[in-house]
Amino acid sequence: MKALVFACLMLPVAAIAADLEASLTIRNHQFSPAELKVPAGKKIKLIVQNQDPTPEEFESHELNREKVIAGNGKATIYIGPLQPGKYPFFGEFNEKTARGVVIAE
Amino acid sequence: MFGAALIVFRESLEAALLISIVAAATRGLSRRNFWIAVGIAAGLAGSLVVAGLTERIAELAEGSGQELFNAAVLGIAVVMLGWHNIWMARHGREMAAQAKSVGHAVKSGQREMSALAILIAIAVLREGSETALFLYGLAAGGGSSHASMLGGGLTGLVAGVVAGWALYSGLARIPLRHFFTVTSGLILLLAAGLAGQMARFLVQGDIVRPLATPLWDSSSLLPMDSVIGNVLHLVAGYDARPSGMQVLFYVLTFLIILAGMRWSRTLTPRTA
Ligand SMILES: [Cu+2]
Repeated sequence: MKALVFACLMLPVAAIAADLEASLTIRNHQFSPAELKVPAGKKIKLIVQNQDPTPEEFESHELNREKVIAGNGKATIYIGPLQPGKYPFFGEFNEKTARGVVIAE
Repeated sequence: MFGAALIVFRESLEAALLISIVAAATRGLSRRNFWIAVGIAAGLAGSLVVAGLTERIAELAEGSGQELFNAAVLGIAVVMLGWHNIWMARHGREMAAQAKSVGHAVKSGQREMSALAILIAIAVLREGSETALFLYGLAAGGGSSHASMLGGGLTGLVAGVVAGWALYSGLARIPLRHFFTVTSGLILLLAAGLAGQMARFLVQGDIVRPLATPLWDSSSLLPMDSVIGNVLHLVAGYDARPSGMQVLFYVLTFLIILAGMRWSRTLTPRTA
């Protein structure tokens, strides 16, 4: 509890400035676009739209992110600011087909 | 898997410890087994209600609410684990003594038989709902499938019940103090790890700043999907690419719980 309160008091809430948005769609257990280009060094608001009836989990070790997206649902994931480079991600529930990469440049 | 097994083992051992002490103290009492069974059943039912509500809330949450909910559950789990570690060493023996005196009171007819059942129900409910919450926290923290969590949970439960039975029948003499020292250390790492996961969710939902993305990258030395990386992730909260905030939460939680344990230990009366 103390850790929580302390950390919350000590650190300012995230900036209110408008975020850069990027979007991804899941259909037939595939991400589109499979290659998502984003600017490096910026915080990105990534909106993932799942058009399949089944849930999917967006996961990336490289981005250090994971989030379940309900079937026919939408989710927002904040990523970055990223160093220039490639950051693969995948759908945990359909790992073979659902693959993609974020390219920061 | 190991994290789930450890938590369920520890929690079920605690409940089993109390139950076996009560059972030993009331040996030969009529309808004793019935009341013990009622207590265990009531405690388990209560735990399931708590667990069910947790899932329901998770389903209702959308958008960044999912992150907030996960972070809140992880935060509660961290606080409970920390609290547990800080107070358990000090009160463990007291608790055992109390359970024994309730057993004696029942035996000499000073209290109603149901007191015994209520005591057991509360113990099972407390440990059971803690277990449900911790397991949910682990699931939210990722890294293990539901099947492996279920397997770990069942392994831990069976181990806890067996250990409780061994205690009861007096067939095994477990050096409890040593045992609790080891598990306390593991629980400390687990709590810090869950605090780190909590920070990650807060960053993912844009509720706090990452401070650094990432603070370091040890993925080439010890990747997350390697066996050792995975075990370390589950047990000690290892992350190959943690954000600065994650590390800050981890270190602060670790230090605060450790300080609490030290402080609590100084208050322990030294009895031979
Ligand atoms: Cu406990």
